[in-house]
Amino acid sequence: MPEVSIRGVRKSFGPLEVIHGVDVEIEDGAFVVLVGPSGCGKTTLLRMIAGLENISGGEIAIDGQVINRLPPKERDIAMVFQNYALYPHMTVRDNMSFSLRLAKAPAEVIAHRVARAAEILGLVDYLNRYPRQLSGGQRQRVAMGRAIVRDPKVFLFDEPLSNLDAKLRVQMRAEIKELHQRLKTTTVYVTHDQIEAMTMADKIVVMRGGHVEQIGDPLALYDRPANLFVAGFIGSPAMNFIAGAVEPGGFRAENGALWPLGQELAARHASRMAIYGVRPEHLALAEHGLALEVQVVEPTGSETQVIGQVSGQPVVCVLRERLAARPGASIRIAADPVHVHLFDAESTARIGTG
Amino acid sequence: MDATTAEAAAVTWRLARRPDGWITRLFDYKPFLIGLCLAPAIGLLVVFLTYPLGLGFWLALTNSTIGQRGHFVGLANFISVLDDPVFQLSVFNTIFYTAAATVGKFGLGLWLALLLNHHLPFKSFLRAIVLLPWIVPTVLSAIVWWWMYSPQFSIISYILVNVLHLRSTYINFLGSAWPARWSLVVANTWRGIPFVAIITLAGLQTIPPSLYEAALLDGASSWQRFRFITVPLLLPILSVALTLSTLFTFSDFQLVYAITDGGPFNTTQIMATLAYQVAIPGSELGQGAAIAIAMIPFLVALTAINYFGLARRKWQQGPANE
Repeated sequence: MPEVSIRGVRKSFGPLEVIHGVDVEIEDGAFVVLVGPSGCGKTTLLRMIAGLENISGGEIAIDGQVINRLPPKERDIAMVFQNYALYPHMTVRDNMSFSLRLAKAPAEVIAHRVARAAEILGLVDYLNRYPRQLSGGQRQRVAMGRAIVRDPKVFLFDEPLSNLDAKLRVQMRAEIKELHQRLKTTTVYVTHDQIEAMTMADKIVVMRGGHVEQIGDPLALYDRPANLFVAGFIGSPAMNFIAGAVEPGGFRAENGALWPLGQELAARHASRMAIYGVRPEHLALAEHGLALEVQVVEPTGSETQVIGQVSGQPVVCVLRERLAARPGASIRIAADPVHVHLFDAESTARIGTG
Repeated sequence: MDATTAEAAAVTWRLARRPDGWITRLFDYKPFLIGLCLAPAIGLLVVFLTYPLGLGFWLALTNSTIGQRGHFVGLANFISVLDDPVFQLSVFNTIFYTAAATVGKFGLGLWLALLLNHHLPFKSFLRAIVLLPWIVPTVLSAIVWWWMYSPQFSIISYILVNVLHLRSTYINFLGSAWPARWSLVVANTWRGIPFVAIITLAGLQTIPPSLYEAALLDGASSWQRFRFITVPLLLPILSVALTLSTLFTFSDFQLVYAITDGGPFNTTQIMATLAYQVAIPGSELGQGAAIAIAMIPFLVALTAINYFGLARRKWQQGPANE
C-alpha cells in the first residue's frame, strides 16, 4: 500500500485555481522529489499534505487514511521549512523536544530521542546553543532533528537547501540522502533545483502550472522525457531544441542545417514538423559534422562547455576534450543519433528517441 | 566639435581627480566632525533637560516660594514632605493608579493587537480607529470622561437607570475615594490602549508566520502557540512598551487634574498633581519641587525592573554566528 496517495487534488485561492487535479502515489519508504519552476504549485501541494493549506478538491491519504479534514498534528508528519522556522528563543534541545513536550511524552523518552537525533546529526555539542549561535548548516540539521525526534510516517521538506551556499548545499544534499537511507522514512521533498531532484530522488514528480508533467525515476526522466518541458527542465546545461522538419536523410532545421537522425525514426515521421532535441553532452567533435561558430568557451577542467551557433541557431555543447578554440573560430560537431529526441511541434509531446 | 572627435573624447575622457580643498579636509577630520554632529544634540539636552531638572533639584533644597528667592535649607523639604500624610496618600494613589491602569492597558491592548494581527476586513481603517484615543488631546478626552462621570449628566448612569433599568439611582462616580480612583484608572486605560496595541502589533508582525506553522505541525494548540511562541518573542518589545507606559502613567498629570483635581479630599491626589498643588496654588515652590523630585527614585526603579527583568533575553545575546 502506498504511504501517501494524492488523488485528483485541486487547490483554489478564491476564483483562481492553482493546482488542477494532481495524482501521485508515494510508496512506503520512498524519497519523492516535487520539482518545477516557481509558481508550479509544488510547495502548495506539500503544504496541503502538511495541513497548512486546505484541500479544495480530491483527496490525500496517508497510510490508507484520508487526511483532508485532519488537523496537521494528527497527520503524523514532520516538516522542514525553507527558512528552518527554528524557535529563536529555545535552545537546540528545546527546539527538538518541543513537539514531544507538547505531547506530554515522558522525560526519559524525550531525552533518549533528542540524544539519538543529536547523535545522528552531529549536534551533540550544540544542544544548549540558541539558533542564532549556529551556522546555516547546523540550523538546517536542527530543523531535521526536530522532524526526526517525532518519528513520523512522512517527512516533508520545503526547499530546505535554498538558503545555503553552494558548497554546503552539496554537502547537506548528501547528508539528507544518507539520513533517508538510514531512517527509511517516506519523504516528500520540494525543490526548484533539478540537480537536487536528480541526485536525491527515488522518484521525481515534475510539475508546471499546477499540472504534473511527468513522474518517474531520475534516469527515466533524463533518458525518456515525456515532453519538451521536462526535456528542457531536467539536465544541465539544458537540452538544445531545434525547430524544423523530418527529412529522409535526417532533420532539416528551419535555418537549413541538416541534423543526424536515426533511420527508423526518420522513416516513421517522414516530413513531419517537429522539434529536434539533443543534450549538450550528446554532441561531440566530428570531422564531417555541422559547423559551430564558437562564441564562449567555458573550461571546467573535466570537460569544456562551448556556446555557439549553428547557422545562426544557438547551440550549447559539452565536450570531453580540452578545446583551444577562440571565440569566432569554427569547430565541427555531430549529434549522437541514439540520444536524439523528437518532439511534436504542436503538442510538444515526445514522439520518438534514437 | 564633429561627431568623430566627440566620440573620441567620450572614449578617452576619464573621471578627474581634483585636490581636496580646506573645507573638504576639515570635514574629513574626525574630531571636528564628531563635535559638529554632537553639538546640536548636546545643546538641546542642556537647554531643555539639564537646566530644568537642575533647577528642580535646586528648588527642592531651598525654601523658595512664588515671588521670593529662598535660602538653602538642605533636606528639610524632603523630611517634612515624607512626614505629610497627604504625600503618603499620594504615593499610594500613584502606585495604585499606575499598577491598575498598566494591567488594564496591557491586557486590552495586547488583546486588540492580536485581533488586528488577523486578516480582518477594513484592517487599516480599524487600526486608524484604534489610534484615536491617543490622538485626541488629553484635556479634551479628560473633559469628556468628566462629563461621563458627572453625577447628573453621566451617560453611563443614564443607560443603567433609564435604558437598562438595572439601577434606580445615578452613580456618584467621583464623589468618594474608591469609585473616583477606579474612574481615573478606566479613563487612563482607555487613553493608553492605543499605545500598547500599536507597539505590540508592530512586534507581532515581526514574528515569522512559519514559526506558527512549525508549532502547528508540532502539535501546539492556539493557546500553546500564544504561550510558547507569541509571548516569548514579544517580550523584548513588550518590555519597552511597559517601561514607557509605566513611566507615562506614573508621571501622569493631565487626566487626574482635569477629572478630579485630586479630590475628593486628596483621595485621588497623585504625586504629580500634589506637586503642582503645593508648588503653584500653594506657592510653596521648594516643597512642590521636593515632591516632584521624590518621584525620580520610583521612575528609576521602574525602568530598572523592566530593563533587567524583561528587555534582553538570553536568546538574543551572545555572539551571532551569521
